[in-house]
Amino acid sequence: MRWGLRSPAAFAAVLLTAILAVAVAGCGSDSSGSDRGEVVVAAATSLKSAFTTYGEQFPDAEAQFSFAGSDELAAQIRSGAKPDIFASANTTLPDALFKEGLVERPQVFARNRLVLAVPAKRARPRSLADLAKPGVAVVIGSPSVPVGAYTRKVLERLDDAARRGILANVRSNEPDVGGISAKLTQGAADAGFLYSTDVVATKGRLQAIELPADLQPQVAYGVAIVKGAEHRSDAQAFLAGLLVGPGADALKRAGFRAPPAQ
Amino acid sequence: MTRGRWFAPSLVVALAAALTFLTLPVVAIFVRTSPANLLGALDDPGVLDALWLSLRTTLIAVAIIVVVGTPAAYLLATRTFRGHALVVTLVELPLVLPPAVAGVGLLAALGPGGIAGGAIEDAGLRLVFETAGVVVALTFVAAPFFIRGAQAAFGAVDRSWLEASRTLGAGEARTFLRVAIPAAAPGMLAGLALAWGRAVGEFGATLIFAGSFRGRTQTAPLAIYERLGTDFDAALALSAVLVAIAGALLLSAKLLGVRGVARAAR
Repeated sequence: MRWGLRSPAAFAAVLLTAILAVAVAGCGSDSSGSDRGEVVVAAATSLKSAFTTYGEQFPDAEAQFSFAGSDELAAQIRSGAKPDIFASANTTLPDALFKEGLVERPQVFARNRLVLAVPAKRARPRSLADLAKPGVAVVIGSPSVPVGAYTRKVLERLDDAARRGILANVRSNEPDVGGISAKLTQGAADAGFLYSTDVVATKGRLQAIELPADLQPQVAYGVAIVKGAEHRSDAQAFLAGLLVGPGADALKRAGFRAPPAQ
Repeated sequence: MTRGRWFAPSLVVALAAALTFLTLPVVAIFVRTSPANLLGALDDPGVLDALWLSLRTTLIAVAIIVVVGTPAAYLLATRTFRGHALVVTLVELPLVLPPAVAGVGLLAALGPGGIAGGAIEDAGLRLVFETAGVVVALTFVAAPFFIRGAQAAFGAVDRSWLEASRTLGAGEARTFLRVAIPAAAPGMLAGLALAWGRAVGEFGATLIFAGSFRGRTQTAPLAIYERLGTDFDAALALSAVLVAIAGALLLSAKLLGVRGVARAAR
């Protein structure tokens, strides 16, 4: 068989595929919003379900999201990408971009908690101590992504033996929370460190085990408008709604906590 | 004005645009930072681990592909049977599958909860989070490149040679080994180079199916992704090495292809 468009049948097949692809893509888009402006939001993967909900309700403009590990998004902004808003799963990345003159002054808009996440159907592991046992497959975030940095902070607060035992069981350093969550829901791994909101988003497939209070890191989410943003006024409205209004409500429903009073 | 005078220049403009667009990113990898920085960034144990792992896993994957793919391609090239076109299409399907789809499919098939996951576990095999899983992902995405090349190469071998070999008393197997393979070798090697190049560049299927762990499953493309946010120079340095490997493989595929055509013409 040759790949080519010489025969009418092959040409028809390619044409049909193209029409099908366009039709499927067309069904997914919101045709009523075509006359509105848009606001481009680069956000941490852990914000996906809350922001998607907020985006559907956001009245001023069509929200376009790009979800990835906060560190990847920051790298994109550093190499010249211009989303309107950068929402990070920590405050260090927005603060650093602010110092570099790439974003406006960041604000804290939500807090989260790091938890031990396990597949809901399994009896083990059930505690941090279980994680160090032989044969337990643990997945964590890579050191560059906030969830991985928080996880390492927790591990540093453990005693040497426990920390080394857990690290010896780490089987993958995933680039974002989506990767950790997928490995756990697919039963490929036995435990991982995620935000409590990520566990809520799996709708019962994962279960969260709270960390002892003295191990819990401060997980604060920072957001900033990117300097030179194309849709600055819509971006401001989007940001305001995150602090008070539909965005704050969506975050709360997804399990995020309100930022500390400023 | 003479009709058609615009035509030739517009071809040149189109080619110039394509060439600029397609080479600019490759050039940028080498000029974005100084050569000293590139070389310095390579002196990182994590980077070297990733390159070493990529070398090992791609070699094993290519070996598996050649051992299984050669007889499979020979069968496809020399026999016709009902459903031949369908089989060829199915074998070639991974060529056009998005790597993420390959990763999800491998997880659904061979992962712990996958349809063949139980059998894999019973056999005492572990793939997810293991180097063996990387090899599986690479084999899946790269195999069609070799099988296509080998099938075309076997198909181009003069049938009369194979018939002569059989008439002279060499069996089927001997004809395959001593006549068909040497005659098809340049085309097979060209397919092998393309398969190898695809394996070296594999990213999505590996990350989804095998995960990312230094020295065990973190191949060079995964190491590039991990460094993107924190150490762009190291990401550039690793990219530069992969460009060099990819270029060398493509060049050998081209040269072998030319040799194959020249030999067939004799």
